Amino acid sequence: MTETSQALGIVVSGSVEKGVDIRLDAQASVEDMVVGRYVTIEGKKRRFFGMITDIRLGVTDEAITATPPDTSDPFTAEVLEGTATYGTLHVLPMLTIGGDVTSIVEGPQPVKTVPSHFSRVSLASEQDMELVFGKEDAQRFWIGNPLDMETKLCLNLEELVKRSNGIFGKSGTGKTFLTRLLLIGMLQKSKAVNLIFDMHNEYGWEGSSESAGRKVKALKQLFPEKVAVFTLDEENSKRRGVSTDFTVRIGFDEIEPEDIALLRQTLNLTEAATEAVYQLRRRFGRDWMQKTLDLSDSEETKNLLQQMNIHESTFQNLRRGLATIRRLPFIVQRTPVDAVKSILEYLDRGINVVLEFGRYRDITAYVLVANMLARRIYNRYQEKMEASMAGNVASPTPLVITIEEAHKFLNREVANYTIFGTIAREMRKYNVTLLVIDQRPSAIDEEVMSQLGTKITCLLDNERDIDSVLAGISGKNELKTVLARLAPKQQALIFGHAVPMPVPIKTREWGSQESYKEFARGNVSKQQAEKDIKELFD
Amino acid sequence: MSTKIAEVIESSTTGFIAEAYELYDLPSFGSLVKIIEPPSEIYGIVCQAGTASIEPGRRPIARGKDEASERAVYQTNPQLMKLLRSEFTVLVVGYTNDGKMYQYLPPKPAHIHAFIHPCSPDEVKRFSQSFDFLNLLITGNSQVPTEELIATVLREMSRVQDDPRAFLVNAGKSLTTLLSGDYQRLRAILGRLRT
Repeated sequence: MTETSQALGIVVSGSVEKGVDIRLDAQASVEDMVVGRYVTIEGKKRRFFGMITDIRLGVTDEAITATPPDTSDPFTAEVLEGTATYGTLHVLPMLTIGGDVTSIVEGPQPVKTVPSHFSRVSLASEQDMELVFGKEDAQRFWIGNPLDMETKLCLNLEELVKRSNGIFGKSGTGKTFLTRLLLIGMLQKSKAVNLIFDMHNEYGWEGSSESAGRKVKALKQLFPEKVAVFTLDEENSKRRGVSTDFTVRIGFDEIEPEDIALLRQTLNLTEAATEAVYQLRRRFGRDWMQKTLDLSDSEETKNLLQQMNIHESTFQNLRRGLATIRRLPFIVQRTPVDAVKSILEYLDRGINVVLEFGRYRDITAYVLVANMLARRIYNRYQEKMEASMAGNVASPTPLVITIEEAHKFLNREVANYTIFGTIAREMRKYNVTLLVIDQRPSAIDEEVMSQLGTKITCLLDNERDIDSVLAGISGKNELKTVLARLAPKQQALIFGHAVPMPVPIKTREWGSQESYKEFARGNVSKQQAEKDIKELFD
Repeated sequence: MSTKIAEVIESSTTGFIAEAYELYDLPSFGSLVKIIEPPSEIYGIVCQAGTASIEPGRRPIARGKDEASERAVYQTNPQLMKLLRSEFTVLVVGYTNDGKMYQYLPPKPAHIHAFIHPCSPDEVKRFSQSFDFLNLLITGNSQVPTEELIATVLREMSRVQDDPRAFLVNAGKSLTTLLSGDYQRLRAILGRLRT
């Protein structure tokens, strides 16, 4: 028996809804127990898998709490420990494994009952964890270790990318590291390609590590042939020593009224001004933005505005907003090369695209560019998918779009207008899914949140954020305790589609030479690995 | 083979009263004694002891006014040794049948005139492997306070153990379960277990 499968106690009460209570054996110390750890319960007919969600102290007689024994006398305390005073664990059973042949084939199933009285409980062993979460293989990516365990926790990325997913956590809790890990995983283990709107230049060439205060390698350094770095700010990229593959420029004619609607708040536009945009678009066609900005303060313009029923002050408000956009250096009158086309070319070749924003980190630029590019890419995907459904054309490579500050695109007011709202809701119909990264999940539209397949959340402490992340999951209150007690760094709770049950993890290390080697190793083919082994022993 | 020290003069299922062969030669309070009645042996705990006149109506009178010591009183009045007797009460806590130990009441009480033997350290050790007998002591009708009796029994037994402290801790744990509804009583016993 390994230390990890040590016996803890027995089941004494419980319900399917609330979970079961376990009385700790005298030799198991409450102080060794940790919220979030896994236990197995040996029922009479099946085994149960559960997570410790609460730890309590109990007494058989209330009088003990009123007149506690003299603590200077270790004897009385030793006698009472584990008998009159004891620890209890609250465990949320999540999966069962039946004893019959069919259930062995089908694997763990969701819990529909509770273990019987006095079933033995022990800490889950490494084998148990492997049975539930699977081993690292062609589809599974090692993302971290369950709390206090050496077992590798692997995510099935092939499954993961079939739906939109979310990564949440307060600022500075390791969202970026986690995202980078997940992207590496997708690169290695899934057939999907990634398009990353990299607001803070963290994913392309190199990122920064807050704690170590040094640079860490990012995607392109590890997988040069699989990643292309696009930039909006060539100068900045050069200064940082990043070799970019393409410089993105955006033409006036590529901006649509929906983009402006999305920027209403950041550009400080009135409701009427956003309405006016649609009218102007109808009137002027594709070049509406240029033409609107070119309108002079003449009598002619006044008449025109009157015809369209646009008030003078509304027009001024709109013009101020549009001028802000025009001032963005990557906005040009006409673009020589279509950025969308070239992104799609890369994606079609299975090369992941990271779009760096360079210095343009303000939210206007980010929202505008991400929404605009994503919309057009999505439209192309939709066309291709429909074509493939109609004929024998191959369906396009699954695409995962990563967006940061997701609440700017997916909040209640704009989620219905933005392309990201559509992608999140329509899910994988058109082979496009999202990887949403955000620190204020409560600001994201509930409908979108409910459509996210797998959620990975680092520490959150705002009550509303916790509620919105955990909405709709069974055992929500219990998981709240687990979530609120994650360490502020390197720990996360994963739950949803890609994992059979919620699991708190310590994320895999990133930034050391060994870690890079580990990642790169996943990149070599099986034959290469065999060859290496052969050489090693020859 | 241990020597007999007393004889049963009153017997019931839960206990018996015995008279010591020698005046004042009593087993100590809380000690384990046994009656051998082949094929079984009955075990009991001494829970009460005393010395009195053999005739209930005749109280002894003070005789030592002119004597130098208590010992001298007996030497001057040798008849006293015959007019007084030492008795002790035993609570039955278990029995063996064909060598197997049971820590509950025997099917039949001890015979009158059955011999009583003190238990050797090895026998005490063997008997104290289980704490089931504690319940008989808690519920048994001993005339002394139960807390006092149990504490003394356990202290006595701990002396012959390899690890007396561990023995007392385990005994305490068993008591805690038995007295789970009566913390004050438990505390009183635990307080007396300290050696």
